[in-house]
Amino acid sequence: MSHRSLTLTVALALVTLVALLAQLPATAQTQSSAAKAPAGAKAWTPPRAPDGKPDLQGIWSDNTLTPLERPKGLGAKEFYTDQELAENSKKARDGNVGEEGELGAARPNAVRYDLELYGFDPSKLRYTSKRTSLIVGPEGVVPPMLPSARERNAEIAAKNKGHEFDSYLNRPLSERCILMGQEQIPMRPGANEGNLLQIVQGQGYVSLLHEIDHSTRVIPTDGRAHVPQNIRLWQGDSVGHWEGDTLVVDTTNFTNRTPFRGSSEKLHLIERFTRTADNTMVYQFTVEDPTTWAKPWTAEVTWTKTKGPVYEWACHEGNTMITTILRGARVADAEAAKKGK
Amino acid sequence: MQKQFKNVVVASMAAAIILLAAMLGGAQAPAYRAPRTGDGKPNLNGIWQALNEANWDLQGHTAAQGPVAALGAAFSMPPSLGVVEGDEIPYLPAAVAKKKENQANWVKLDPEAKCYLPGVPRAAYLPYPFQIVQGPQNIMMAYQFAGAVRIINMGAPTKAPGDSWMGWSNGRWEGDTLVVDVTSLNDQTWLDRAGNFHSDALHVVERYTPRSADTLMYEATIEDSKVFSRPWKISMPLYRRVEKNARILEYKCVEFAEELLYGPLSKKP
Repeated sequence: MSHRSLTLTVALALVTLVALLAQLPATAQTQSSAAKAPAGAKAWTPPRAPDGKPDLQGIWSDNTLTPLERPKGLGAKEFYTDQELAENSKKARDGNVGEEGELGAARPNAVRYDLELYGFDPSKLRYTSKRTSLIVGPEGVVPPMLPSARERNAEIAAKNKGHEFDSYLNRPLSERCILMGQEQIPMRPGANEGNLLQIVQGQGYVSLLHEIDHSTRVIPTDGRAHVPQNIRLWQGDSVGHWEGDTLVVDTTNFTNRTPFRGSSEKLHLIERFTRTADNTMVYQFTVEDPTTWAKPWTAEVTWTKTKGPVYEWACHEGNTMITTILRGARVADAEAAKKGK
Repeated sequence: MQKQFKNVVVASMAAAIILLAAMLGGAQAPAYRAPRTGDGKPNLNGIWQALNEANWDLQGHTAAQGPVAALGAAFSMPPSLGVVEGDEIPYLPAAVAKKKENQANWVKLDPEAKCYLPGVPRAAYLPYPFQIVQGPQNIMMAYQFAGAVRIINMGAPTKAPGDSWMGWSNGRWEGDTLVVDVTSLNDQTWLDRAGNFHSDALHVVERYTPRSADTLMYEATIEDSKVFSRPWKISMPLYRRVEKNARILEYKCVEFAEELLYGPLSKKP
């Protein structure tokens, strides 16, 4: 190693250390408040936007290791102890975490050319709360799907079987850049890309820009009703109102083409945004769909304020995947036809 | 006689003063002053839309039949006197051929048909509404077309991390006018359906000036030394969508462009 690159390495290490130390108080705060949140929100008063409403603005990251569903064997245990959390964090950074950590694209076998280039530095992996699962309550898992819903989903899957490469219409929405996995609401984290969310508040509106696929929801907060039932939208229709210091967003009018874990167009989402500290927001969502689950279920994600910037995510504009996949399929068709002759 | 003269002089002076006061008053007639947000800035919040033919062709043009005979008069080009100052786009000689080629192959080449992010300034005069969400540090412009979005940084100017479709926007207030400096735009977007284009050297300065409760004046100065011989300017009013239930609705146009882009690769029945 040359002198210069050694100096550079030392400098980089120092910068990283400083950055990590800077994050420490925020993380500690996050964990203690998240354990109590959103009840703990009362102890701290959020700053106000010019219109007097709580100021949710800034760039937030929902990056956390906490998995959506509770690992088997934990039973009704909803929170880890500090020691357990430290052990799990270490295991995750060493790349040998089990189902208690959602590594996303940072998992060792993930197909990536360069993890560091994509910002997947394992030393940055962390839990933003003590929760054992994002889903709250004693069960900590998505309720079992109703038999009728399982049938419905099996039918949809069967229809596409054997036709996966016929046309762009047979490809997943994420591949078509219509709706990417993490773009779909409710917003779910992962130690993955696309974790950034920028909030801007104007008079009577809160606007959420999710970095992934520049997905934007401009949400009216004047308590207005949903758009008429015949207007169906990929991301549904979101309208909001303030309940104390919490922004509550209600979303209906989904299509039947955007199932969230097997849901139908009857999906109904309630999202709650509560700032609990300078650098912390608790994002809670309740999922309801009587045609899919016997009861609603709720999850809670602790977000951390971050610097950004939020990049432009132009998925469709750079989509060579669909063309390549379909062209490959047509070449295979032609070869099969040749052999058949 | 003398008294009479004095009276005339006094009367004339009085008349002159009244006239002068009226003239001054006229000159000083206060320009429209926009209402303020809670933090004292001109309030540009709202849903806005251009109401003109700029997206067809920024320059003046006569009406013409559209490219799809089956759509007849439903998708033909409406006439316009244009939105370009002086009606001239100062292309460098070398760039004229490309503009003509773009125009001749419009349907095949226009990024709008492919549902690509529209870039600046075209986003402002596409025939779709856009919403200004005005925060103190950042102003968001959310466009209905393709769900395009820009964040305008109102703090100390920052540098773009790289080129992008919607560019990098730093804003500031000049009186009641929001001035936005847009750089780092890529060379993939067009300015209209007439094939007017630019390079990655494009620099746009936009000015949004409130002119009444429900109208803004939009101006954009376009500078691109690789394509144009001098900066040039477009201007047009933007109108508030005053409907009580006005909303930016989802217009995910990718699915409307897929047959155009991928149709030939589908399996033939």
